[in-house]
Parts: sequence; structure tokens; C-alpha cells
Amino acid sequence: MTMPAIKAEATAVAIPTASPVTAAPVVTMTPKQAPRAEKYIKMIKEAAIRVVPPLIVLALLMLFWELVCRRTGSTLPPPSKVFKDTKELIFDPFFDNGGIDKGLFWHLSASLQRVAYGYSIAAVVGVALGTLVGQSVWAMRGLDPLFQVLRTIPPLAWLPLSLAAFRDGQPSAIFVIFITSVWPIIINTAVGIRNIPQDYRNVAAVVQLNPLEFFSKIMIPAAAPYIFTGLRIGIGLSWLAIVAAEMLIGGVGIGFFIWDAWNSSHISEIILALFYVGIIGFVLDRLIAGLAKIVTRGTALN
Amino acid sequence: MQAYLKLDHIDKTFTRGNATTEVLKDINLTIEKGEYVSIIGHSGCGKSTLLNIVAGLTNATQGGVLLENREVNSPGPDRAVVFQNHSLLPWLTVYENVKLGVDKVFASTKTRAERDAWVMHNLNLVQMAHAKDKRPSEISGGMKQRVGIARALAMEPKVLLLDEPFGALDALTRAHLQDSVMALHQKLGNTILMITHDVDEAVLLSDRIVMMTNGPSARIGEVLEVPLARPRKRLELATNPGYLKCRQRVLEFLYERHRFVEAA
Repeated sequence: MTMPAIKAEATAVAIPTASPVTAAPVVTMTPKQAPRAEKYIKMIKEAAIRVVPPLIVLALLMLFWELVCRRTGSTLPPPSKVFKDTKELIFDPFFDNGGIDKGLFWHLSASLQRVAYGYSIAAVVGVALGTLVGQSVWAMRGLDPLFQVLRTIPPLAWLPLSLAAFRDGQPSAIFVIFITSVWPIIINTAVGIRNIPQDYRNVAAVVQLNPLEFFSKIMIPAAAPYIFTGLRIGIGLSWLAIVAAEMLIGGVGIGFFIWDAWNSSHISEIILALFYVGIIGFVLDRLIAGLAKIVTRGTALN
Repeated sequence: MQAYLKLDHIDKTFTRGNATTEVLKDINLTIEKGEYVSIIGHSGCGKSTLLNIVAGLTNATQGGVLLENREVNSPGPDRAVVFQNHSLLPWLTVYENVKLGVDKVFASTKTRAERDAWVMHNLNLVQMAHAKDKRPSEISGGMKQRVGIARALAMEPKVLLLDEPFGALDALTRAHLQDSVMALHQKLGNTILMITHDVDEAVLLSDRIVMMTNGPSARIGEVLEVPLARPRKRLELATNPGYLKCRQRVLEFLYERHRFVEAA
């Protein structure tokens, strides 16, 4: 019923634009370009609205920090000194003098690698266990209390145990990442699966999807918004845990870099590392959020 | 002649803890091929439960459903359902929603190209081919229900089950869709079992109207033949004495039973 209305509108719009084209083509050029320029100005304006306020706040904070820490006897360096001390680290993140004397890029990439391993395992195991718990009442009754207790254990409390089990720093760190990020993924996936509307299950039953098809075509897409909430919390937690874990296991990694800087009293390096840790944590969160947006297109709307 | 679809002595009781509620009691109904049968009754009388039993989504406590003399007790594409709230999968496009069923039902009998053509054919039947790449959230309620009908039709069901298919639509859209369903029934000759609580809709669309008593222990109170020639035209029927008489009968039934409940 709406179709004729849309068509009528389209023709009505087409008539006035079509006639000037044939009569005076020069005239049609200007209105075509004007909106485009306006569009860019609008985009720049919108970007400015988002970017300018945090920049101003940042500048003010830096100024405050500079003024407070400038005085002699201050325990922490002011931003100007931080920059001066860490210039080499900032501008040459790729140097490698062997051992743990490497550029920040290598430290960060080592940490990110551990997170990537641990988090990937957590994502797969978490979604699988979450599906089981969400789908089966008995699995929920059996496992949920266990999960509720285990998830409250602080990440670092697992580290000695995993060191004892694996007898090596690398797998232990990966295990800590895994055990930290798996709980929110399990719990959110289970909630998502439990909340799949009966209607979707009925549709699947009428169409006679087999369990595997039901899992991939109904469960995962229907629970995707919940799953991604869990994944987003999980990536945040694993980035939190890695720094602490690396401080203890040593070796290459941003966590140990910070600890090492503290031991050598390079306070400026600590501040620089914290800055990078913050930025990367933010980027990781945005990445998962962006992925969620792409994957759950449509689902979130309904 | 054997009945095409037979509901044979169906009882349904729900048990929750120690309390058992008898919802349906001794439902017997036979439906011929190509027939359009409506089930009408007040809300809560168990008519949706009855449809779910026919669909295989719920099992009867006693008795069963026979389709072409074979018992059916699990859901399947031979009894496709058009759900009340359309139940389209929001993450799939209109085309993909219809294709989901088609791919399963015709996996071995049709090639990929044939299945694609069949999906489009069914979308054309309900005049929704133009929106094939839209998602359910981008189309109106009436359009969603059209796609729901296309999805069910595309499975080539032996019986099409409609669960209050127009209940959530505004009056004008509802009338429009009723006409579409009538035209499809005329063209394809499907056997249709429809749940409704709308008297006009039941009389307009059906060959027979099954009137259910109020629950608990709802049973079939009366079955009314609608002796109106097809194709039926909404406007002409408004003054047709046969139509008005059928309408009167159904209203009387529902009104009296309703009073009965209040008195009890």
C-alpha cells in the first residue's frame, strides 16, 4: 500500500529537477555542489564537537600537572620532563638490543600476543560453555554455582597455581588471561541463549533445522548482542590482568617493562608506558565494539 | 473418502507441580483437502494450544493428529505455521528468511538456482519481491506478516496453520491481508487451519467455523458451515443475508458462552 505513495513522491520530485537540467545545465551545477560542501562543513563541525572538549580538558590537566610537579622536591616528574626523558623511547619504539632491552613496540606486541592467545581460547571456550549452560537446565544447575564462585577469584591468585602446573611463564600468563576473561563470556552467552524467544525456536522446529544448523543459524545470531557484551567485558579484563601477570613472570612485555622501570627509578618511562597501556586498552575495547556493531546489525534493532 | 487432516480425540492437560489443568477435552475434527477451517473462541480457551498440537510444537496428552492417515507428533514443514507475531529472524533479510525453510525442505530435490527462483516466486505471490533485501525491522507490520506467509507457503505445506495471523495489524492492513490470503487460497488450493477471535474474519475466509467453548476443558461447541460462494467480495457480503446469518450464529455462540462464564 505504501508503494504507490513512494512512486508518486519520486515522480513529483523528479519533475522540478529534470526540467532545469534541460533548460539551463549551468544552473543545476551550483545547487549540486553547494550541499556537498555543506556536508563536509557539517562533518568537520561534528568531529570538532567530539574532539575539541577532551583536548581542552587534556591541555588543562597537563598544565595543572606541570604546575604541581614543577616545584623542586616533587616526587613525580612534570609532563615536560617525562617527554624529555622518554624521547628516545617514543621516537624509536623498534630498537632491539637483545634480552629485555627492547623498544616499546616489542613489549607491547609481546603483551598483545599473550592477550590474543588467552582471549581467543576464552572466547571459544566461553561461548561453548555458555551455550551449554544456557541450553541445558541440568548443565546450569551443575555448573552455574561453580562459575559464580570461580569468577570471584582475582586473576593474580591463579598465577602461582598455573606456574606450578605449567612450569613456565608464557603459558601461565596466557592461562591467567584465559581464566580472567572467560567468566563474563560464559555468563553473558548463557543469558543470551536463555533469552532466545520461543518463536525462533518454533521457527527452527517447523523448518526442522538440525542441532548444528540451529546453533549457527539461530542461537549465535540471536544471542550475539549478549555474547558481544561478554566479549567486550572480557577483553577489558584481560588487558587489566596482563600487566599485573607480566610484572610477576618477567621477560618481554609491557607489565615487566613498567616493573623494570620502577626498579631502575625511571618514573618517566612508567608514565609513558601507562599512557600506551591506556590507549591500547581503549583501542581493544573499540575493536570489539565495532565488530559487535557489524555482526549484530539488525539484531540489536529488534 | 478418508479425511485429509484428522484431529482424533485430543485431550491436553498441563501439569505444574501437583496442579493439573485440563485445557482441551476430546477434540475431534476432520478437515478435507483444500478446505479453509477457522477455529474461533475466547482468549484462553486453548485454541492456540490446539494449533500447536497440530503443528507438533506441543504434544497432546491423549489422542493425536493424523495427516493423510499418518500420525504426526513432531513439527515439520508439511504443517507450516504463520505465527501471530510474524517471527521473522531479524538478522536475516526478507529473502533469507524465506530461503531458510526452502533450503531445508528442497535441499535434495531442487538445485540452487531453482530454490532461488522458488523463493522469489513465493515473495511475488505475497507481493513482497520488491523488499527482498530489506531486514524485518525496515518493513511494516503487514509486510512482515506477508513475508511470514511467504515463508510458510514456500515450504509447500500439506496444511497451512495460521495462528491469529492478522491479530496484531490495524484494521485496514488486516482487510488487505485477508483479501490476499483469500486470493492465495483460491489460486493454490491450500488446506488451511486458522485460529482467530475475529467473527467477521472467520465468516469471510472460512468454509467451516469451529467454535470452541470456554476453558478449562474447552471442547468443540459447534461447527458452522459457511455456504457462501467463492470468490467472496468483502463489500458485497456486507449486505448478504447468508453472511449475516453466519455472523449472527457465531456471535450468539460466543455471547452465550461468555455469559455462561460470568454466571459461573
